[in-house]
Amino acid sequence: MNNISKIETKALDLFYGHFQALKNIHVSIPPQKITAFIGPSGCGKSTLLRAYNRMNDLIKGVKVTGEVLLDGKNIYSSKMKLISLRKRVGMVFQRPNPFPISTYENVAFGPRIHGITNREQLDNIVETSLKATGMWKDVKDKLQISALALAPEQQQRLCISRLLAVEPEVLLMDEPCSALDPIATAKIEELILELKKCLTVVIVTHNMQQAARVSDYSAFMLLGDLVEFGETKEVFTNPKDKRTQDYITGRFG
Amino acid sequence: MNRKLINFISAFFYTLTGLACASLVIIVAIILGNIVVNGISHVTWEFLSTAPKAGMAEGGIFPAIFGTAFLVLLMTIAVVPLGVSTAIYLQIYAPAKSRWVHAVRMAIQNLAGVPSIVFGLFGLGFFIEFMGKGIDKIFLGGELYMGQPAIIWASLTLALLTLPTVVVSTEEALRVIPKAHREVAFSLGATRWQMVRYVILPQAVGGILTGTILAVSRGAGEVAPILFTGAAYYLPYLPTRLNHQFMELGYHVYVMATQSPDVDATLPILYATVLVLLTLTFTLNFTAIIIRSKVRRKLKIGK
Repeated sequence: MNNISKIETKALDLFYGHFQALKNIHVSIPPQKITAFIGPSGCGKSTLLRAYNRMNDLIKGVKVTGEVLLDGKNIYSSKMKLISLRKRVGMVFQRPNPFPISTYENVAFGPRIHGITNREQLDNIVETSLKATGMWKDVKDKLQISALALAPEQQQRLCISRLLAVEPEVLLMDEPCSALDPIATAKIEELILELKKCLTVVIVTHNMQQAARVSDYSAFMLLGDLVEFGETKEVFTNPKDKRTQDYITGRFG
Repeated sequence: MNRKLINFISAFFYTLTGLACASLVIIVAIILGNIVVNGISHVTWEFLSTAPKAGMAEGGIFPAIFGTAFLVLLMTIAVVPLGVSTAIYLQIYAPAKSRWVHAVRMAIQNLAGVPSIVFGLFGLGFFIEFMGKGIDKIFLGGELYMGQPAIIWASLTLALLTLPTVVVSTEEALRVIPKAHREVAFSLGATRWQMVRYVILPQAVGGILTGTILAVSRGAGEVAPILFTGAAYYLPYLPTRLNHQFMELGYHVYVMATQSPDVDATLPILYATVLVLLTLTFTLNFTAIIIRSKVRRKLKIGK
């Protein structure tokens, strides 16, 4: 394992009221790699993902103990500013969810709320962000058309572009392909592989093949426990834990 | 029961429900037809642009149109910020299902059920006697300035009356905005206010506009709340200050129908005034319906 990690999770417990959704999680997310969280529904993988940019804060009755260190600094400490945390750690959701405004405005949304008003600067950011997701060629002539008119795959690309526009360091993806067809999924996966050159990616997926295809590291979770973590190759071909093996070979889940 | 009887009952209720519908349409048609037929010949440019003359038996209704417009304008300025803020608080800021939210909702529902004459009395008691007189006492040493029926008090009373309309339609508009949009805004580092300002409000504009127009249409047609709070029987001048009284279309109809010295002479004018009032409210309602359906269609594209 790497000594350096982008996100270090230490003894993380998370409760929804009395229900413990995460139990004593220790995991290091290496920088500029793709880490996949796999496991059956309700195992806590999405909850853990959301713990990394504190999206769980929005839910009433959530209690967190333990530490999540982003570049060595605890994001749950009172010194951490939520806004700058979320700027650094961005999130792509399950369903493509562009705002019902133009493609341009969708991408410009993030920079705008962080105080960029200069039109030229915004134009540049929009172009760079759309180029990074490979959709610039397709949409450059229809930037002012509603983003809702795009195909689902393009919408998801747009959501990623919208995120890249605020220049995050970490990309959290919560089953980003589950609402897409196989061809669109393959294209988004390609994009994810491209993005890891400059970003740290954490992806939650139900799809084991997807985890095997794109990720460098995998974490298998079950009922709030992190059962096994390691290089994806290892986890998939030579799982150390019986439960991981059962899940991967399809005996349950 | 034999087959024949069953068939008869079935046909009977089919006819009955059909007749009920038909009678509704007929009643509306009679009301409108009566008003249009008797009123249309009198609606001229002169009628719309001059003041009443000769004990209201002649002349036009311009002061009433002006007063109505001024009244609902002031009402809109008061009710929209209050109603929209309330709806935003209830839908966005307040913890869902809390007692406080429940209490506010109850209050709004009750407000919607209060008879309009009670609003009028409240306006008289609260705005004129308490606030107006209070302002006079504190700032003017008791000289009568604000403590009398005036367009400002009448419009505030109407604002209270139409508040539920604005709150409910704004809430409806906010409710259909996908929750995911809020999450996305937060995940991009937006503050709560930025989320409301740049994500929620732009999407709710249609609903807010619809509610506002419906409120204006309702406010323009109400007489009882302004009866004691500022409407005048006749004024030789147009209201230009907030403490002026004003003439108003609905009240003008009431005056002509009940207080006219010569009922036969004012009858054509009465019909024409009602026609103008109905045209105004129908146009407003129709506009609201069009905006609403446009907004709904726009939000459906993505699904």
